[in-house]
Amino acid sequence: MADQSKTPIIQMKNIEKHFGAVIALAGVSLDVFPGECHCLLGDNGAGKSTFIKTMSGVHKPTKGEIIFEGRPMDFETPRDAMDAGIATVHQHLAMIPLMSVARNFFMGNEPVKKIAGINFLDQTKADQVTMDEMRKMGINLRGPDQAVGTLSGGERQTVAISRAVYFGAKVLILDEPTSALGVRQTSNVLATVDKVRKQGVAVVFITHNVRHAMAVGDRFTVLNRGQTLGTAVRGEISPDELQDMMAGGQEMATLEGSLGGTV
Amino acid sequence: MTDASKTDAPDTDERVKEMSSFRRSLIRPELGGMVGTIAVFVFFLLFAFDSGMFNSQGVMNWSIVSAQFMIIAVGACLLMIAGEFDLSVGSMIGFAGMMIAVFGVVLGWPMWITIIITFAICIAIGAVNGYIVVKTGLPSFIVTLAFLFILRGFTIYIPQTLENKTIIGGIRDAAEGDWLGAIFGGKIGGGLFEMLGNAGVIATFERGSRMGEPVVDGIPMMIIWAIALIVFGHVLLTKTRFGNWIFAAGGDSEAARNSGVPVNRVKILMFMFTAFCATVFATCQVMEFGSAGADRGLLKEFEAIIAVVIGGALLTGGYGSVLGAALGALIFGVVQQGLFFAGVESSLFRVFLGLILLGAVILNTYIRRMITGER
Repeated sequence: MADQSKTPIIQMKNIEKHFGAVIALAGVSLDVFPGECHCLLGDNGAGKSTFIKTMSGVHKPTKGEIIFEGRPMDFETPRDAMDAGIATVHQHLAMIPLMSVARNFFMGNEPVKKIAGINFLDQTKADQVTMDEMRKMGINLRGPDQAVGTLSGGERQTVAISRAVYFGAKVLILDEPTSALGVRQTSNVLATVDKVRKQGVAVVFITHNVRHAMAVGDRFTVLNRGQTLGTAVRGEISPDELQDMMAGGQEMATLEGSLGGTV
Repeated sequence: MTDASKTDAPDTDERVKEMSSFRRSLIRPELGGMVGTIAVFVFFLLFAFDSGMFNSQGVMNWSIVSAQFMIIAVGACLLMIAGEFDLSVGSMIGFAGMMIAVFGVVLGWPMWITIIITFAICIAIGAVNGYIVVKTGLPSFIVTLAFLFILRGFTIYIPQTLENKTIIGGIRDAAEGDWLGAIFGGKIGGGLFEMLGNAGVIATFERGSRMGEPVVDGIPMMIIWAIALIVFGHVLLTKTRFGNWIFAAGGDSEAARNSGVPVNRVKILMFMFTAFCATVFATCQVMEFGSAGADRGLLKEFEAIIAVVIGGALLTGGYGSVLGAALGALIFGVVQQGLFFAGVESSLFRVFLGLILLGAVILNTYIRRMITGER
């Protein structure tokens, strides 16, 4: 559980984002503490994606302020956000199935060693680090040269997450990491999130599955139609209440009745 | 790897089958090329052993042909792994050769200046190819197809306008004594071959003005270039961070970009390298023949691509091996010359080539699925 006396590593204050005549975000605020898993819930079209894209430097907010490590930040590109320590793991991963786990792990950040004045890839180090990091996350590779294509969807998510953390992510944004996974793989990814959080990384976990959110979340913020419906602390809110908030309460209650409470 | 019994967490996954180290070392992208090479050599050792294919002259014969394929295959291989094609390789060969003839013979410039300027022009054209592909997002197939015609057109137009002919000779005279010309057209190891000839290891001429000299009097620079390019390409691809970027650019350019790989720069550089390889080929060829012809290099782009694919590279990029491509080129050269030695009707060469291509691609697909878990 996050220590609330600490200062948040990132604060998003009254973020507004307009696309032409469409108001995608109408003043959303959220803060994340180090070592906390902050779940961002919302139905499709609620503005979750726009919000995290603002956080990761893809979009510039129309109005509002981003404060990162106590300083106001103005990200021009995703690269700026990445360099500051905000990493995003997308649903569609930055992973290349044809390449080995080690080559994927270090893609764009390859370790080099100098031999006779020429920079060569430090394969030994890359292999070593990859095996170590993967074992920490509970994935046993046949070898660092195993292709990512041979891993399951959940294992790929875990590789992407541990890569982001290894390369110094302080804030890790996970964009629906469990939406396409089976039960077993989902629990593996959630276990990874838990490990990462315990290392002191701030996790922003986007999902529309209340059960996944309840499993790892410390705090929950619900977005609906571009606005926050409030932030709840773990233990103060039931899954049903979250579900209702996401779906917009009234209509969902009616629907649920007709479906016999199966949703 | 640590011993499984010493760690608390189970170090093995019951769903991962144990693989013997022999099987693991065998399953690699080059396997198809290795199997093919062995098959081809066994075949010709059985059916063409007495034909002179395996004496010093015969070996040199198919080695040179294979080296030619290797030079362009290395460039095509790296470019294909980076996710692009260059169909203008053949035309580039003709064009580069013609530039050397125009500058060196028609204009009479010193050969070393001629060669350097030709390389600069051709590599710049490669960069233009790459720039257009990267900036427009058009398939490289189309962009380089346009350059296939553009370059071939100039290769015919320029000598016809200047000299009223399509073949320009006199290059060997122009290159006589030139240091850079010798790097492409010379031979090395003459002394060694003389020794081998005197020792009776290789045959010598028995009559005529060159009596007593060995029938093979050195290793042509073409072969040295081929070996150098293979080593360079292999090291670049597997031992440097740039090599990782080549794989990444071809495997999934969007994912690579998100991870900070300069995909556009990688692709443009690979187009330039392909042009460089084509120019090396052309320079060696005009030095050897002493002339440049407007029809040189015809269909070479496909031969390069075939060698690369036999060597285990994936047509859509992201997977492949320079060593595999070199073996593919070797198979290509040995089959082409071997059928001649074996006295097989030369038109059957294409039949053999087609069969080898098909067999290799089927085997390679199977191997690749084992490695990458593709389904």
